[in-house]
Amino acid sequence: MSAYPALVAAGFRRFSTYRAATAAGALTNSVFGAIKAAVLVGTVSGAGSAVAGYDVEQAATFAWVTQALLAPVNVFAGDEVAQRVRTGDIAVDLARPIDPQLAAWATDLGRAAFMFLPRGVPPLVLGILLTGLALPSDPRSYLLGFVSLVLGVSISFSARWLVSLTAFWLTEIRGILMLYTVVATVLTGLAIPVRWFPDWLGTLAHATPFPSMLQSPIDVLTGTATGGAALELVVVQLAWLAVLVLAGRVLLALGSRRLVVQGG
Amino acid sequence: MAEGSTVAAYRAVLGSRVRAQLSYRTSFVADLLSNLGIGISEFATIYVVFSRTSTLGGLDVWQASLVFALANVAFALADLLAGHLDNLPTHVRSGTLDAFLLRPLPVLAQLATSDVSLRRIGRVLVGVVVLCVAWPHTGIALDLRAVALLATAVVGGTAIFSALFVIAGACQFWLLDGKEAVNSLTYGGSNAAQYPASLYGTPLRWLFCYVVPAAFVAYLPVLALLGNDGPAGLPSWLGWFSPVAAAALWSVALLLWRQGIRHYTGSGS
Repeated sequence: MSAYPALVAAGFRRFSTYRAATAAGALTNSVFGAIKAAVLVGTVSGAGSAVAGYDVEQAATFAWVTQALLAPVNVFAGDEVAQRVRTGDIAVDLARPIDPQLAAWATDLGRAAFMFLPRGVPPLVLGILLTGLALPSDPRSYLLGFVSLVLGVSISFSARWLVSLTAFWLTEIRGILMLYTVVATVLTGLAIPVRWFPDWLGTLAHATPFPSMLQSPIDVLTGTATGGAALELVVVQLAWLAVLVLAGRVLLALGSRRLVVQGG
Repeated sequence: MAEGSTVAAYRAVLGSRVRAQLSYRTSFVADLLSNLGIGISEFATIYVVFSRTSTLGGLDVWQASLVFALANVAFALADLLAGHLDNLPTHVRSGTLDAFLLRPLPVLAQLATSDVSLRRIGRVLVGVVVLCVAWPHTGIALDLRAVALLATAVVGGTAIFSALFVIAGACQFWLLDGKEAVNSLTYGGSNAAQYPASLYGTPLRWLFCYVVPAAFVAYLPVLALLGNDGPAGLPSWLGWFSPVAAAALWSVALLLWRQGIRHYTGSGS
């Protein structure tokens, strides 16, 4: 059972080799953070003193922290697994003596752990310089926030895993990956806090796992949700994670049976 | 090569690109829909923001929609014309750029016509629809002056974003590290252009007016359409100057591109 920690480490190391790309990504995250902070602060100023519980500084903080966590949580879908399915390389993964889903999950956690420093710190530093950050003083927010963030990364992985496995049936899923990214950008709260949504859109968002990927960890980390409310968010995250992981197992089992039929 | 045959050559190349894309119907429709989706999801920000406030950076919802629409039309057109320049690192790495260098046509022109991604029309459509819906509510008369300003803004804005794509492409000769290295310039500029520049603090506003002239794409032309002055240093007449900003940016872009081509040494294969 020692293979999985090794995979976490491998995921960490693998992404630490793309230094220039990581630096460029951090710059992009920071530029978008500055624009988003301006839009959110402008909204709060236009509305008066607060919007749905966010004052000016909290709105700016939300913008910077979402940009800091965007890369670790990996809101945008990539097509690595889908490509392995399309090319048939997934057969190799299935033949290995470790579980492919758990292996990919472990690698993704390693990736997220690496991404947090180089992609997460620059937007936060820029935030401190430009607008200031409203962060909680209670250490419990950070402890529970860490748990919530690991859950958020895992939920995001599990959802992308499910989407990728549709390649067993559809082969070419570029359109679906794009659709996933578009929907996730809005419903995770990446663009605007989910609590600012009009009722119908908020209800729609909460019927999906997307707010549990980014909005919930941020609410807990920034102290927007504390105590019972924070625990409730984490419980909802656990429920989504269980559902998605199970669905991922079922889909992999169905897909690999199909692969045997195809592969010969 | 004679002028006429050059044009004919470009037309033949472009025609084949267009036919090639249309022949894979399902894939084309899926791409078109996902580009519509990107436009719609970006508009969702404006929608949610105005469900909470009635003004953003001094503009009401219709005026802000006009900024969003103009920025999207200009960016999508530039993306259609020059967006695939960010494939340059692939050409450099695989050595296929050498083939472009051997032909008797300018490399930039060849690359720009190497692909015309029609699927990007989806985003143009979102911009046009938002523009048509918002326009009557802004109370701006659709007279000759307004049409001239709109045309100036679309042409100038498209040229500004195209120049940004060329600058981004030129930088790749030195960076060689994929598309992401310069995304903050192109996509960041596009994102910045979608909102009233009056929202930004002074340093950021200065950046998006006079360094990366994103404000000239939509915000300043909309101010000119409304006849309103923006925050200090942004008088309403500045909205006529998108083509001037584009020309300045293009001179930088072409200079960088020439240096980049000179710097290029081939992959050795």
